[in-house]
Amino acid sequence: MAAEDVWILGISMTKFGKHPDKDTVDLAAEATMAALADGGVTMRDVGILAAGNLMGGGLGIGQAIQKQVGQTGIPVYNVSNACATGATALRTAIMSVKAGECDMGLAVGVEKLAGAGLLAGGARGADKDTWTPSGRYGAVAPVDGRIGTETMPGVFAQIGMEYGHRYGGVDFELFAKISEKNHAHSTLNPLASYQKRFTLEEIMNDVMIAYPNTRPMCSANCDGAAAAVVVNDTKLKTLSLEQRRRAVKVAASVLTTDPWEEACQILPNVNTLTRNAAAQAYEKAGIGPGDLDLVELHDCFATAELVHYDNLMLCEPGGAVEFFESGATWRDGSTPVNVSGGLESKGHPIAATGIANVWEVCHHLRGEAGDRQIEGAKVGLAHVIGLGSACGVHILEKAA
Amino acid sequence: MAKQIPLVDYLALEPEPHLVAHECTGCGARFFDRRNACAGCFGTEFRDADVATTGELRAFTIVSLAAPGIPVPFVAGVIDCDGTSVRANVLNVPADPDHVQVGMKVRLVTAAIGTDAEGTEAIGFGFEPLEGASNGR
Repeated sequence: MAAEDVWILGISMTKFGKHPDKDTVDLAAEATMAALADGGVTMRDVGILAAGNLMGGGLGIGQAIQKQVGQTGIPVYNVSNACATGATALRTAIMSVKAGECDMGLAVGVEKLAGAGLLAGGARGADKDTWTPSGRYGAVAPVDGRIGTETMPGVFAQIGMEYGHRYGGVDFELFAKISEKNHAHSTLNPLASYQKRFTLEEIMNDVMIAYPNTRPMCSANCDGAAAAVVVNDTKLKTLSLEQRRRAVKVAASVLTTDPWEEACQILPNVNTLTRNAAAQAYEKAGIGPGDLDLVELHDCFATAELVHYDNLMLCEPGGAVEFFESGATWRDGSTPVNVSGGLESKGHPIAATGIANVWEVCHHLRGEAGDRQIEGAKVGLAHVIGLGSACGVHILEKAA
Repeated sequence: MAKQIPLVDYLALEPEPHLVAHECTGCGARFFDRRNACAGCFGTEFRDADVATTGELRAFTIVSLAAPGIPVPFVAGVIDCDGTSVRANVLNVPADPDHVQVGMKVRLVTAAIGTDAEGTEAIGFGFEPLEGASNGR
């Protein structure tokens, strides 16, 4: 017997931005209670909790959430998977429900990053008094800045430039135009950290972080949380008509890592594992990229968005530049991408991101996205990448 | 001459500076770090393999924001050395997009990192453009 379908029953995200008066538990509790209320259920109905908080120091965020919103003795999985942490939490809950361990699962992701600077490569150790080899490379001194860069803006800049080297047609202005689109989209999203439209000139003349990524082309560090309640078919059938009408089908939930390829341990290869995840997801969902009404993809930097058009097969191989230049990914285009504003303006509270992207898609599929509603949206895709690497892809379908 | 030590153990200073990879004897995959097994074929036998000292710049960025103590801007990139990818800085070139392009041919060069309390000099590496590298720019 095939496993039952799994549905998003309730889902929510907090306002992303600065929340100086709330800690991670407050934000996570807010998202959790809102997701439960959205689904019309309580902690009593939930059989498993998967929770993520990447930068918070390793304490059990799941148990801390339970202690505020409801301790029922259910298993908690605290997960960590870089920027794919939220998607991993969601997938953990989905797997548990799919495996038949329980009827209903809860996934939560939360982060407090407002005011944070570089999240990697932001500090380098001092040189020692005597050069002594240590570590897996026998390095006698810290290598960041001496052998390439560990900073994320720099790593993803190279990923975009490499795409340009392979296929051509890529320059600074092109990447800035992608950022211009996402910032324009954000003006319609009241939960985004920033809702400011920038001109192309403003983006290109802003502070350079790692060429070709200027500051507005980088994901915004912010505070935020997102949570989702998932349920199986059997349980959903016992719920109200309204709950069933608003439920969103998880047509595919996929997580991949890098298969070994030359260079993948030199510069992270975000392409192959995304392409693999997308192929598996389309296969499982029984749809193709042309069926997608909207896509939320991991634009941690403007340079990343370009390569993922190709990786998610939204365009022909090598055709990402032309695809973007055609206007396809603007909200009035054929495949709207990041109508939420994306990570560049909505913000990127790391562990929340992989659930917040799903929330955005669900919001449209339910017809509840207000001013930024993509009319008639029936199918959407949410994608995240965590360097190291992990790629999560979820395809969501409106209830029939 | 002062005693020298390479910045990383995969940089060989003699007879001429070059990089040495751990090459899987089973599938030929190359790695620069200490290995437990091959990530490609799971084999556990490796041999030392000299990496070509010239190559092509496949990707780069110009880092303007880095950790305190790292001089910016600098050019970080990935060099395709005859099929083996290498992470390195691009040296001896102005750090601006007018002077650095993907596809440019580069060659390995060494650069002094500093001298420690015992008088040992650490030697790092990078790649410089093959064209116009030695004309005093």
